[in-house]
Amino acid sequence: MKIGVLALQGAVREHRNMLQKLGAETVDVLTPKDLEGIDGLVLPGGESTTVGKLLLRYNLLEPIIQLGRKGLPVFGTCTGLILLAKHINGSDQLRLGLMDMHVERNAFGRQLASFEADMQIPVLGTEPFHTVFIRAPYIEKVGETVTVLLEHEGKILMAEQANFLVAAFHPELTDDTRLHGYFMKKCKK
Amino acid sequence: MSEIKKQTGTQNVKRGLAEMLKGGVIMDVINAEQAKIAEEAGAVAVMALERVPSDIRAQGGVARMSDPEMIIGIQQAVSIPVMAKARIGHIVEARVLEALEIDFIDESEVLTPADDVYHIMKDDFKAPFVCGARNLGEALRRIGEGAAMIRTKGEAGTGDVVEAVRHIRQVTEDIRRVVTATDMELMTIAKEMGAPYELVVEVKKTGKLPVVNFAAGGIATPADAALMMELGCDGVFVGSGIFKSDNPAKRAKAIVEAVAHYKDAKLIAEVSKGLGDAMRGESVAQMEDRNKIAGRGW
Repeated sequence: MKIGVLALQGAVREHRNMLQKLGAETVDVLTPKDLEGIDGLVLPGGESTTVGKLLLRYNLLEPIIQLGRKGLPVFGTCTGLILLAKHINGSDQLRLGLMDMHVERNAFGRQLASFEADMQIPVLGTEPFHTVFIRAPYIEKVGETVTVLLEHEGKILMAEQANFLVAAFHPELTDDTRLHGYFMKKCKK
Repeated sequence: MSEIKKQTGTQNVKRGLAEMLKGGVIMDVINAEQAKIAEEAGAVAVMALERVPSDIRAQGGVARMSDPEMIIGIQQAVSIPVMAKARIGHIVEARVLEALEIDFIDESEVLTPADDVYHIMKDDFKAPFVCGARNLGEALRRIGEGAAMIRTKGEAGTGDVVEAVRHIRQVTEDIRRVVTATDMELMTIAKEMGAPYELVVEVKKTGKLPVVNFAAGGIATPADAALMMELGCDGVFVGSGIFKSDNPAKRAKAIVEAVAHYKDAKLIAEVSKGLGDAMRGESVAQMEDRNKIAGRGW
């Protein structure tokens, strides 16, 4: 299985390591030709304004939208979640807009409000998942076809819609591979 | 789920923000207008300061933490993280910056040191810190105090990249030495480098610094920025290099692209076209030692 990791900016290496640990072959996606032949795509955490601009400048925005519409599994963490959302509250920044949800950026506040916590995520089993939130967004509301996988204090923190999976936290900053494993199951043809 | 215990200001969360900045460019700005230009160009963060390093050099005097009003103005102008500098050892400047909810504090040699013996105990803060280092020992001392990010200590405000190159080369060489050493040799290496033993052991085990390491000091062109990435830096700070050049918006954008695609020389050639003059700069080799600032801190 070959998984692309968008490598324009952010926590690229950590995602790559996670996927390789689970036996996937990875490819850094920097230009449209890197998208050829991949079975899934990971959009890592980083700065969403930076990544959005670079996606456009290097002609990656449209090809990823097309692949996503055709059913390519895409997993977005933090910035990746923002990029996948149709609606970003109060912002017209560039995005892929593939998932039917409203997202609030930097929704918990500045860095001082960044936190980590153990949370129960039923689709990943009974063992709690250690979640790390860095200047994180959350999903305010979702459309009918989106399944909420984690919600805390009225904030949606993880969700799924057909071939798309998003998390507001950073599984790549832990040693827990369950969420990446869950995504890779979606990538199996 | 009400029993969930949220922890803030942890090492994970501090180092995590630095991880998210990787592959990005952090730009020095002195007002909200420049901050917007930086954000528009694709900066991953801005460093709010009153004078860019080249002006601090030219004007002299004591360089201190910025006016909180200016910092707040920049925080309101952009959505990317905002960093600011505190003087080395100035605990209270750091506390003030934390009270302003700054996203990252740079305990910086670019400002005039407040303490010529001790650095800030950064573990006492919830805000993450970045500190300069010229070699592995210095990097591990700062990490031992709680720094969540390291940067080279290139001669700020000169536009001469040579010192930053020297520092990243030295860190890489030191790491190689630790990795190839036997366990028996590690304590002696820790003593020689003046580094905490436990962190030396960690470097031996992982083969890398425990935190992200950015380039800083003297970076003036897209090619300079890409060079630092090629040498193993995780990202780049650009200070005077952008807003002291002919066309800051264009140069800022070009540097962002050169960092994201640092292995693509054709692309760097393309973005380097017609940028106008870079900052004039000053060769470090011609400078008197007393005018160098990398020696501040230890």
